[in-house]
Amino acid sequence: MAYSDKVIEHYENPKNVGTLDKEDPNVGTGLVGAPACGDVMRLQLKISDEGVIQDAKFKTFGCGSAIASSSLVTEWVKGKTVDEAATITNKEIAKELSLPPVKIHCSVLAEDAIKAAIEDFKKKKAARGK
Amino acid sequence: MKLPIYMDNHATTPLDPRVLDAMMPYLKEDFGNAASRNHVFGWKAEAAVEAARKQVALLIGADPKEIVFTSGATESDNLAIKGVIDFYRGKGDHIVTLKTEHKAVLDSCKRLERARQERIDELKVLRLGELAGRDVTVEEIPTLEIKHDLENDAQFQRWVSKVQAGARVTYLDVKKDGMVDLEQLKAAITDKTVLVSIMLANNEIGTVQPVNEIGAICRERGVLFHCDAVQGLGKVPFDVTASKADLVSITAHKMYGPKGVGALYVRRKPRVRIAPIIDGGGHERGMRSGTLNVASIVGFGKAAELARAEMPEEARKLEKLRGRLLDGLKKKLDMLVVNGSWEHRLPGNLNVSFAYVEGEALMMAIKDVAVSSGSACTSASLEPSYVLRACGVDEDMAHSSIRFGLGRFNTEEEVDYVIDLMARSVSRLRDMSPLYEMAKEGIDLKSIAWTAH
Repeated sequence: MAYSDKVIEHYENPKNVGTLDKEDPNVGTGLVGAPACGDVMRLQLKISDEGVIQDAKFKTFGCGSAIASSSLVTEWVKGKTVDEAATITNKEIAKELSLPPVKIHCSVLAEDAIKAAIEDFKKKKAARGK
Repeated sequence: MKLPIYMDNHATTPLDPRVLDAMMPYLKEDFGNAASRNHVFGWKAEAAVEAARKQVALLIGADPKEIVFTSGATESDNLAIKGVIDFYRGKGDHIVTLKTEHKAVLDSCKRLERARQERIDELKVLRLGELAGRDVTVEEIPTLEIKHDLENDAQFQRWVSKVQAGARVTYLDVKKDGMVDLEQLKAAITDKTVLVSIMLANNEIGTVQPVNEIGAICRERGVLFHCDAVQGLGKVPFDVTASKADLVSITAHKMYGPKGVGALYVRRKPRVRIAPIIDGGGHERGMRSGTLNVASIVGFGKAAELARAEMPEEARKLEKLRGRLLDGLKKKLDMLVVNGSWEHRLPGNLNVSFAYVEGEALMMAIKDVAVSSGSACTSASLEPSYVLRACGVDEDMAHSSIRFGLGRFNTEEEVDYVIDLMARSVSRLRDMSPLYEMAKEGIDLKSIAWTAH
């Protein structure tokens, strides 16, 4: 299978690989996928009290397209508000990376990861508010 | 050292230059049809084919008359399985095979199962029509067969017992190391069993089955033994007398011969019969019609001769290279798991799971090295290797597997290069893997409620 240049670029030079402190109240962590399926993405977002995404880090177990999808979304979400980030769709990710049909699930996972990370942040915030 | 490096010798092997030299005249001036009986072109071609037949027969200790040339092992597997079921239908229709067999065997069995089921469904439609007193469609079978209790309908059961289509198949589990359980095999053979089909060596994990014991069981129980010997021939000793195999599938391109040519060994004493699956001019004693691929058959013969002559030395060399590869990887990386039996294994095979790293991503990182992965991402099915799954390997570890297939032309220098590249790539991908981080923190990954997708 041939990979698109953008997938290869992200795979070889992934952006924002790393770990944020998951105990930080301003960090939302999204862990999606399953080892048995061959794809696990962890996306962490550091979100200001005003709801702006200041930093994003990822770690991914998966194929090149999964790694590229996660790397891409970390770049896309930075500087966005959580509401803006939540509107990113798998279609946009798949289009940007020219993913073939068998790799669409990688982009779906990246979209899910954003949503899960925001969800986690909101839960933490709600818990603090109590 | 030249890049890219080829380490996927289970997929195919490069043509040995000595094989090509032997083939060349038959691609040029000696182009005759081996079936042409009335001129020198035909005679030359026939003599070349018969010489090659001897060479192939010698590799497995057979008589040349027992060798039927085919287009390759997939055809040989199809011919053996379908040919036996068709010919011995009066005797029985049950096949016993392994879950880790090659798709050419498994899918041939599945087609036979489907053929039988289709015939039974036709009978159900007929019988249910009689019982319901009206025309019945196939879609209605599930509801009507319960209503009319076909399970206990004597008439219908009598019809089913007379079905003359397809076959019944038992797919045996293997042990964790990929080996057949001989007690299970014995228990699976019934009075309706006509064929046991078990491979010599597995194409993914290189497991070498105890074919001599299997053959003895089959002979004692009066069932035929088909052995897909493709991966093992020329790598480990195999002999039709010792194994008592009745049918053996062979291919040239896994032993440094050309693609598109193979053979089926069909035993003559005691005589084994098969119905042909290709009709035509009656070549190959009626078992496989079609003009013989003379140049490739000559190459096949040469490849078999070389394999026989060089096997002991080559096996030692490959075992040494493989040991060097595994030791090197172990020195630089932790959490490696070798899949399949270490003791009963092809000398050039190494199948390793690099925990917490996905196989396709790894292959992308080592693009100068040709290997294979059991990861689903390399197949269209999205299911990881069925062979590893049958050995009880967890799905995540199956996704992390890499198959190295060392061969005749690999060198120590190449192995060292691969060790170094693998170590760097695995480390880089593990630094990127959330699972590796969690494992290092001591989190039990099995305790997490993952969301399957």
